[in-house]
Amino acid sequence: MNLLKLSWKNLTYKPLNMILSLVLFALGTGLVALLLLLNTQLQKQFEQNLAGVDLVIGAKGSPLQLILSSMYHIDAPTGNISVKEAKPFLNPKHPLIKDALPLSMGDSYQGYRIIGTTYEILEFYKASIAQGKLWEKTFEVTLGAKIAQDLNLKIGDEFKSSHGFVIDDNLTHDDASSFVVVGILESTGSVIDQLILTDTRSVWEVHDHGAHEASEEASSENHNHNHDHDHAHGDHDHHDHASPAPASPKSFLEEPDQQITALLLRFKNRGYQSLNMQRNINENTDLQAATPAIEINRLYSMMGVGTDTLQVLAMVIVFVSALSVFIALFSSLKERKYELALMRVSGASRGTLFSLLILEGVLLAILGCILGLILSHGSMSLLSDYLEESYRYPFTGWMFLKEEVWLIVGALIIGFVAALIPAIQASRTDISETLTSS
Amino acid sequence: MLKTEDLAFSYRGESTIHFPDIHCQRGEQWLLLGQSGSGKTTLLHLLGGLRTIQKGKIEINKTDLSQLSGAALDHFRGQNIGIVFQQAHFVRSLNVAENLLLVQKLAGRPSDLPHIKSILDRLHLAPKLYAQSENLSQGEKQRVAIARALVNKPGLILADEPTSALDDSNCLEVIQLLEEQAREENAALLIVTHDNRLREVFKKQIILS
Repeated sequence: MNLLKLSWKNLTYKPLNMILSLVLFALGTGLVALLLLLNTQLQKQFEQNLAGVDLVIGAKGSPLQLILSSMYHIDAPTGNISVKEAKPFLNPKHPLIKDALPLSMGDSYQGYRIIGTTYEILEFYKASIAQGKLWEKTFEVTLGAKIAQDLNLKIGDEFKSSHGFVIDDNLTHDDASSFVVVGILESTGSVIDQLILTDTRSVWEVHDHGAHEASEEASSENHNHNHDHDHAHGDHDHHDHASPAPASPKSFLEEPDQQITALLLRFKNRGYQSLNMQRNINENTDLQAATPAIEINRLYSMMGVGTDTLQVLAMVIVFVSALSVFIALFSSLKERKYELALMRVSGASRGTLFSLLILEGVLLAILGCILGLILSHGSMSLLSDYLEESYRYPFTGWMFLKEEVWLIVGALIIGFVAALIPAIQASRTDISETLTSS
Repeated sequence: MLKTEDLAFSYRGESTIHFPDIHCQRGEQWLLLGQSGSGKTTLLHLLGGLRTIQKGKIEINKTDLSQLSGAALDHFRGQNIGIVFQQAHFVRSLNVAENLLLVQKLAGRPSDLPHIKSILDRLHLAPKLYAQSENLSQGEKQRVAIARALVNKPGLILADEPTSALDDSNCLEVIQLLEEQAREENAALLIVTHDNRLREVFKKQIILS
């Protein structure tokens, strides 16, 4: 019968009091832990996918939307830009730009985006081929690891793309050629895992194929009505669709009237000249240039208001739970004064009674905290399915952060502080006075 | 075993109570008789080290109580003195066996369940080993309190009105058991009471005035 066992018996003697304190503690710490998990994973996703990109160039519109659509692939693009406008940035002799990555989008398959681009994308996201090869002709695609796994696609499989970024059978391009899987990438943990990569011309050709109403629609500038209508396609129709053209990666540059969606730029060095470049583009051209780091920080600060509110709420709950531990212990002292005095008679010192009460508070706090951690990881793993479905980013409830150790340490301190006054009170029990008052 | 000299005590603002000197050997059994207000309980608390000595000297087992304080006094009390009170209180969250195990632990002795069982057996409490203390009758509670006072084999057993809450039959049983067990353990037994039923049982008596 040691003190730990005794404090456990004392807690379970009043199960309802104990449950109230435990649930409050679990809610408070659980909410804190859940926010930590969510924030950490979101930030990790955002930072991992920065890929060293210094500037993103696309059509005019919201800079945040441009970044989200072209770097994180979670929002609709702002519109398209013409190859003629993009061409200067793709010049390998550009004095400031180290490398530039063209992106053309507009179609998807089962919700996964088909991106027309060049081989440099592998270098941007440090990806490599796992099976097969990179696309060489139009309508050949190389898949990100997650798509191959989720959709169970293998090399040689064919599929027809769907217009826009939502899953809708009515929007399938039935009359266009099928895409053929020729390769699958190694998993990288970055956004490339959920992209279908192909040649820029493939994206154009899907939409050029005999669909004249699509041509008309596309000829209007800024056709940015909603998610479904953003895609990079031109208004002319002169390709030979019967046999896919071999796609030399940069050959699309020879068609200045075609369109692409965005350009990801990496600078040779980030001097004032490169900063000026962004301002020049925004002020003097029809293009928009946005800096990913700045836009993501803006996004953080916008989300921050929400998380701050929740954090304050969590703190309030933790405070109330500490209060409930305090009240439970303090009110139990009155009922327990004889047994505490009797423990003194039997040889317990003041320190023993102090330790007993502290142990009861700390035990409650630790148990509540552990319950809260289980709660947060459980709800995070439930939430991760939902988040993955809507954002297609991988989230998990089963990662553990070093901050959680601090959460346990914090719970220990809160339990100690909540039990401090009752413990001091208990240690001051005057044996003689208490026993004669009966 | 127990020796007091010139013991006196006064509550704040009240007149000083002087206690007679007590000499009590191991195995001896004494009755301390006195009316309410004669300072019986105060004396017992002084002897048990539950109150600070103001004047005089108490020696238990050749140890001067006034030389001990704090945790050392608590430890000494746990090892050497067993006390039975008028009202038996127990740690409510523990059953009878656990309460007695706790007392062993608090006195710094190893857990000894067979010893606890044999004491309970001697007090006719064997079936109550795992009973919750709140489910015991008054007589049973007082017998468990005796078991608690005996469990660490103390040299001195103090009892404060151990029978005043009991009816005649329970009173007789409890006092006989207390007397028997103290004799068996060869402990000095000192009972403070105003219960006249006990006068016939114990021959050695000190009257407090």
